[in-house]
Amino acid sequence: MAERSFKKEVQDLRAGEGEIFRGEGILAITKALLQSGVSYVGGYQGSPISHLMDVLADANELLDELDVHFESSASEAAAAAMLSASVMYPLRGAVTWKSTAGTNVASDALTNLASGGVTGGTLIILGEDFGEGSSIPQERSHAFAMKSQMWLLDPRPNLESLVNCVEQGFELSESSNTPVMMQVRIRACHVHGEFVAKDNRAPDFKLRDALQSPRRDINRVVLPPASLAQDVEKLEERYPAAIRHIRENKLNEVFGPDNGDVGIVVQGGLYNSLMRALLYLGLADAYGETSIPIYVMNVTYPMVDDEVVEFCRDKRAVIMVEEGHPNYIEQSLISVLHRHELTTRVHGKDMLSMGGDYTASVVEKGLRNFFEKHASDRLGNRPPAPDPVPILTSEPVKKLADTVPPRPAGFCTGCPERPIFAAMKLTEKDIGQHHVSGDIGCHIFANLPPFNVSGNTMGYGLSGAGASAFNVKSDKRTISVMGDGGFWHNGLTSSIGNAVFNEHDGVIIIVDNHYAAATGGQDILSSRADNPRRSTQHSIATAVKGMGVKWVRQIDRTYDVAKMQATLTEALTTEETGPKVIIASSECMLNKQRRVKPQFRAAVKAGKRMVKERFGVDEDVCTGDHACIRLSGCPSLSVKQTDDPLKDDPVAAIDNTCVGCGNCGEVSEAAVLCPSFYRADVIHNPTRWDRLVARMRSAVIGTLQGLADSRRVAFPD
Amino acid sequence: MNALADHLTGAPVLDKPISIAILAMGGQGGGVLSDWIVSIAESQGWAAQSTSVPGVAQRTGATIYYVEMMPLHGGKRPVFSLMPTPGDVDIVLAAEFMEAGRAILRGLVNPEQTVLITSNHRSYAVVEKQVPGNGAGDSMTVVKAAGIAAKKTISFDMQDVAERAGTVVSAALFGALCGAEVLPFGREVFETAVREGGKGVDASLRAFAQAHDMAKGDQPVPALKKDTEKSLPLMPETVGHRRLDALLQRVRAEFPAPLHPMIYAGMKRLVDYQDVPYADEYLDRLAALHTRDVACGGEAQGYAFTEMAAKYLAVGMAYDDVIRVADLKTRASRFRRVQDEVGVSEEQILYTTEYMHPRMEEITGFLPARLGRAIETRPGLYKALDRVLNRGRRVRTGTVFWFGTLYVLGGMRRMRRLGLRHGREMAHIEAWLKTALDQLSDDYALATETLRSRRLVKGYSDTHSRGLSKFDRVLAQVPRLSGLPGAAGWLALMNKAALMDEEGSALDGAIKSLDAELGA
Repeated sequence: MAERSFKKEVQDLRAGEGEIFRGEGILAITKALLQSGVSYVGGYQGSPISHLMDVLADANELLDELDVHFESSASEAAAAAMLSASVMYPLRGAVTWKSTAGTNVASDALTNLASGGVTGGTLIILGEDFGEGSSIPQERSHAFAMKSQMWLLDPRPNLESLVNCVEQGFELSESSNTPVMMQVRIRACHVHGEFVAKDNRAPDFKLRDALQSPRRDINRVVLPPASLAQDVEKLEERYPAAIRHIRENKLNEVFGPDNGDVGIVVQGGLYNSLMRALLYLGLADAYGETSIPIYVMNVTYPMVDDEVVEFCRDKRAVIMVEEGHPNYIEQSLISVLHRHELTTRVHGKDMLSMGGDYTASVVEKGLRNFFEKHASDRLGNRPPAPDPVPILTSEPVKKLADTVPPRPAGFCTGCPERPIFAAMKLTEKDIGQHHVSGDIGCHIFANLPPFNVSGNTMGYGLSGAGASAFNVKSDKRTISVMGDGGFWHNGLTSSIGNAVFNEHDGVIIIVDNHYAAATGGQDILSSRADNPRRSTQHSIATAVKGMGVKWVRQIDRTYDVAKMQATLTEALTTEETGPKVIIASSECMLNKQRRVKPQFRAAVKAGKRMVKERFGVDEDVCTGDHACIRLSGCPSLSVKQTDDPLKDDPVAAIDNTCVGCGNCGEVSEAAVLCPSFYRADVIHNPTRWDRLVARMRSAVIGTLQGLADSRRVAFPD
Repeated sequence: MNALADHLTGAPVLDKPISIAILAMGGQGGGVLSDWIVSIAESQGWAAQSTSVPGVAQRTGATIYYVEMMPLHGGKRPVFSLMPTPGDVDIVLAAEFMEAGRAILRGLVNPEQTVLITSNHRSYAVVEKQVPGNGAGDSMTVVKAAGIAAKKTISFDMQDVAERAGTVVSAALFGALCGAEVLPFGREVFETAVREGGKGVDASLRAFAQAHDMAKGDQPVPALKKDTEKSLPLMPETVGHRRLDALLQRVRAEFPAPLHPMIYAGMKRLVDYQDVPYADEYLDRLAALHTRDVACGGEAQGYAFTEMAAKYLAVGMAYDDVIRVADLKTRASRFRRVQDEVGVSEEQILYTTEYMHPRMEEITGFLPARLGRAIETRPGLYKALDRVLNRGRRVRTGTVFWFGTLYVLGGMRRMRRLGLRHGREMAHIEAWLKTALDQLSDDYALATETLRSRRLVKGYSDTHSRGLSKFDRVLAQVPRLSGLPGAAGWLALMNKAALMDEEGSALDGAIKSLDAELGA
């Protein structure tokens, strides 16, 4: 994180007892960790929990004061394995990642951790990337909790509840010797709110103490017969302990009147949507006062049988509001009530949608069905619910659907990955289309227009492995694309090692932009920055060669489209056997601009000679074919309408967000497009020599132009 | 929402939070804007919450930020929703016009309650700008939809306001929100929020003030210009130059008045492109076409054929070549334009570097016809020369050497008509006009549409060849269409399809439909 500073956020983490903390959810959780006396924190960056990692990475001083060890783990598996420190020692540890993607990667370590159990409290903070804005497959973390017998918290999405949940999560973990997962949805991570802070707390038992007096216990190792005994322990000791703890500490909450003939059971994370839906139905006010009994499960696994039975006993019917599928909690609820011979009807996914976001509208519709069926009298004087349908079905709005363009996230202005895919498209034009295997990272945007470089994605660092079946004799090779993040996460072994060992003949492009760029620009092994706390600058090329790859090409300026194209063509056609690895390397422009812009401004201010580059288009030369855009898609390269009555189509235009990366010019040159691009170099604080030369040049040029203008016969403009 | 009615009395009574959705693209400052809005509410002792689903890094995607605010009740905080509910949003702020459209499409704008505050500038999405023709969505559809969907719409070019102030659109949106007087907070509360934000305060406040006044109605708001509106300049009576006035005189004598503006535009282009005799040549050709137009009953059609010819004949005659590019790039007016666009101050020095990639075709085209052909017919020589000449060149137009080179090249336009390329272009024009004229007596509309096909020829090098091949394919359909009912409609469809994608697959589809129609 060399290019961005989180100093302000770090200051927020210092808030003491009684101070009001204002900020976003994920930062509140970070603060809660420090208030809980955590000993170590690890994790792997990714939306929506990157901020937790980024802020702690900048909080060295604070962490040193508190004796907290923080690590940017190499992967989620590495982070989960870190929790091993809490198995034998009373150390509180927390790790975080994006779920379910990260939980999948971590599950090997988690399984072992859950089997052996823990002594110190362990908390796994899952940034639940589900619903609108998600970038991963739609699955539930719930399944991991069930299969490994870990407890799953799903707190109400306000800062106070989130913070409480962290503190209680550690206690629950310790009292039941079980790792605890806490899921926080995307919007809750980014929610801005406030809570009353407590003092930060240094751990009583420190990592150093553990190293001084190591402990071991063969019964905690996952070896038979211990592993079989651990399974018994899970069921007979840890599970009952957890249930006891949850009941005694009232981790789940009940709102509304004590009794009633209908009720609602809801995951904590959906509480706010539920309350808004009840407001629309006239069954609650804006401050959460409601006439319907609500059982809020801040712990969604395990279910506390006695609590739900107690809640449901006097009710004719309840509705389970549970997001995502399958409906694990609803099934469990039905089975518990059945065992206890309750006749309470349980509704859930039969009235709510099977999948997708449980927005206030979705919940409102489900609840309305539920009340109409079981307590229609409650719906007496309700205000009309918001209904966008009449507007959405009107003619002018329906027409909009054809006009409003999709606008997915894409490569940033000046992104160094754009020329790689421009080169790939040009290569495609020359020697045909090839099978492209994709990966996770910014480069996945090449799937979208204008590049449309298709590719399926099997997981982080797995693009090479994803092409491994195609290791057959053919005159066409596969192209696998992975980022530097994916490479270090898993790619080196699973994709490169696998390809070397199996003598795969394909091409692997490693897009090295000097950071884990897609997750916010964190440093990784191959970062070029000097990071005082991390070892960086490890060459990808050396690593790949060390793995046994013979054909390796390093390109240090991806904007050289012609060279990119030539190298790719060579890789696809060379006689050399085995994997062909191209490392295409240029700094992430977003991060580079963050670093360079202030430096540039400062230098100009200090009177230094500086040259600023940007690109432009001569609109009278441009014919409005937009071929340049089809090979670029840069946000700063757009089109504009002209006043020229003889031009039908808009011409290309570059706006002043251009960072002068040069891609436009390089592409138009390599693809032989058109001569309308120019680069403008503006010399700030020119030297005396600059001025002299410029004066002489413009004297000559000005004279010639004057001559031409005086000779030119033309109608006036 | 009661706050709208009651804020004048200073005592808002709300039964639910005020809800504000912000639709922006990454990099437009939507996050800053929602922080400002939260801070104005909090500064007045209200509870406020904002949420968003931002991608971590990517800068171009559409994003929705959502803010709710409400006073505390007996010390109790409201339960806020984490996402906007369709049909229940009080204020929608859109940082771009199609994003306003997206808000409407998502049901966030409703006529009972929603005040829509939007910048009406366009930032084109990739799918709009990658189209070989004009793929831009029509802003008027948003205007129409907003007309029925919103309770009130405040819309003007806030991007322009922001740029003039040296900041981003979020500051202008914040000013417009204040000027719209839909939140129960005074202007000083808003401005304090900006000041406390810390960064670029002066520029933000300038944009804020301007947008505030425009939203409030204290300052006029320019009307939204239609994307496709183009005004033809009227033909002047005289320009005070003997030879040019002779051209004007000729147009007046030989063509009906309604055609004058288009002919003037064409003639103006050709004088600029070549010289006065070239414009005369244009008028000769056009006069011949007009005579046929008159003979085929063109008067009843408003001489649409001649007018179409006036436009595309000029475009065809002013074909893009090396000489033209060199001429345009060396003009004093061009130097001034670049300076304006880039924004160079007196103390700075500007140099431009042109990215050019002339191929052998361009070079032989420029040589005298016989010499050019001689090279073309000797593949060995052609290839050898191509190896030397065909490569990307970075031409530094601000230096004496490169300027001189382009200047000389541009000055060679006097020899253009002797060149190999010129002969070919003229033959191509003749063939095209003949195809059109062949249809004129039987199907006036088809002949006119045939002229329009010329629009497909554009670009340089490969792009030019691709356009040309599409043009040839479309023109080859004209004889097949002859006599078919609705032939002009068919051809119009093909002209349109040819500009929809690069590969010509839409055109393929259109031709296949014609095959089916003709039973071929």
